Amino acid sequence: MIKFRNVLALVATVAAINASSAADQSIVLASTTSVEASGLLANILPQFTARTGIRVNVVAQGTGKALDTARRGDADLLLVHDPEAEQQFMDEGHGSKRRQIAWNDFIIVGPSADPAHVKGGRDSVAALKAIASAQAPFVSRGDKSGTNAAELRLWKLAGQTPDALKDKWYRDIGGGMGQALNAASAMDAYTLSDRGTWLSFNNKGSLIVAIEGDPHLLNRYDVIELNPEKHAGAKLAAAKLFADWLVSSDGQQAIGAYQVNGQKLFNPSARSPK
Amino acid sequence: MNEFTEIVGLSIGISLAATFIAAAISLPVGAALAVFAFRGRHGIVVLINAFFGLPPVVVGLVLYLALSHSGPLGFLQWLFTPAAMIVAQTILATPIITALVHRASERAWARYGDELTSDGATRLQAVPHILMIIRADLVTAVLAGFGRTVSEVGAVILVGGNIRGLTRTMTTTIALQTSQGDLSLALALGAVLVGISISISATVFALAGRARTAGSDEV
Repeated sequence: MIKFRNVLALVATVAAINASSAADQSIVLASTTSVEASGLLANILPQFTARTGIRVNVVAQGTGKALDTARRGDADLLLVHDPEAEQQFMDEGHGSKRRQIAWNDFIIVGPSADPAHVKGGRDSVAALKAIASAQAPFVSRGDKSGTNAAELRLWKLAGQTPDALKDKWYRDIGGGMGQALNAASAMDAYTLSDRGTWLSFNNKGSLIVAIEGDPHLLNRYDVIELNPEKHAGAKLAAAKLFADWLVSSDGQQAIGAYQVNGQKLFNPSARSPK
Repeated sequence: MNEFTEIVGLSIGISLAATFIAAAISLPVGAALAVFAFRGRHGIVVLINAFFGLPPVVVGLVLYLALSHSGPLGFLQWLFTPAAMIVAQTILATPIITALVHRASERAWARYGDELTSDGATRLQAVPHILMIIRADLVTAVLAGFGRTVSEVGAVILVGGNIRGLTRTMTTTIALQTSQGDLSLALALGAVLVGISISISATVFALAGRARTAGSDEV
């Protein structure tokens, strides 16, 4: 009944899939959801692969999860955007080199009806205070991502500690940027978004940009190479090639050239970090 | 090959591989559980039936930790590869197929057990006969297993990582499209997935039907 030979053949196939993916020059890049959802990586990776033959396998997670993936030894390189969590990662000795590659900004988006009357302002902290006092629906990522961390820093500056269990207007969805935008769109809620994901997002509904241009809303992206003493198993040489390419003039140019609907999503900043 | 056919191909390939491995385990085990009486058999059957509802995300998480570089199976370097996804889906499909095979085998054993062992044949020799008797039920059992694997997203996205061109399946693509707000694209892909499931099911039933009319149905 059971064709044992077929089972063996299948096991061999599985082993072959595995062997070939290990033999190829490929690295695992743990990155934030925003650089993938915005289409940036899909746009610039082919240029790097064409030049070096190295394939970059992108696992898009929130910054918190990406850092954890690297801590566990399951990634070769990091591309993340949470300065405080990154510093902690470096302090723990997991990283060897951290370089800024680009910046853009966060924005607060909200329903066009604007129940908290914050539309058109620049002050993100004042806007959050107004949202809280109006008890207007606000969607939080709640997933320890870089954007979630930025949001919590802003609430702290606003002197507020919204509690998802008590404050009905504060909705912690525990999901990625796209999920948060989908939720905000469906619930007519405000949320903090990175500009890249917002610009490439296709289900905006009645959402509009409410607040932009506040220095507090700066969003920096860093590439982090891993410490060979803690991560000897990682493909650090190939990872270094990619990190170096990202900060090289070619890589920086590729990042700056990426546009969605005629708008630049990321500003290269390896030369002059923000 | 364009990206779409690659994604569909990977989805089906992984699910077929997982279903095949799961069936290779489940068929003999399911029938043996009906044929052999031993202490603890009831407990095992209850457990297997309970695992019917194994949450994929839990399977994914446990497997993720096991396959992680710092986990016990990290040396395999299977995390974020199709191999990890096949393992995850195999774990999900095996209890389903085993439970369904066991249920059918139990009925067949109650009816034909004495006959099958009357001429001095051992119970072990009866196992393939039982499977032959219930072959029509096997189709349903294996298809149920395949349905579980091809539709699942929670486990494969954790252990596969949804890597474009390597571990991106139809279900993880639907999740990604949704997160990018491309709801109509996600829905279209969902329709394709449902269509594929229906065609595979129809094909298998057609083949099984032909096999039944072509061969002798006598036991």
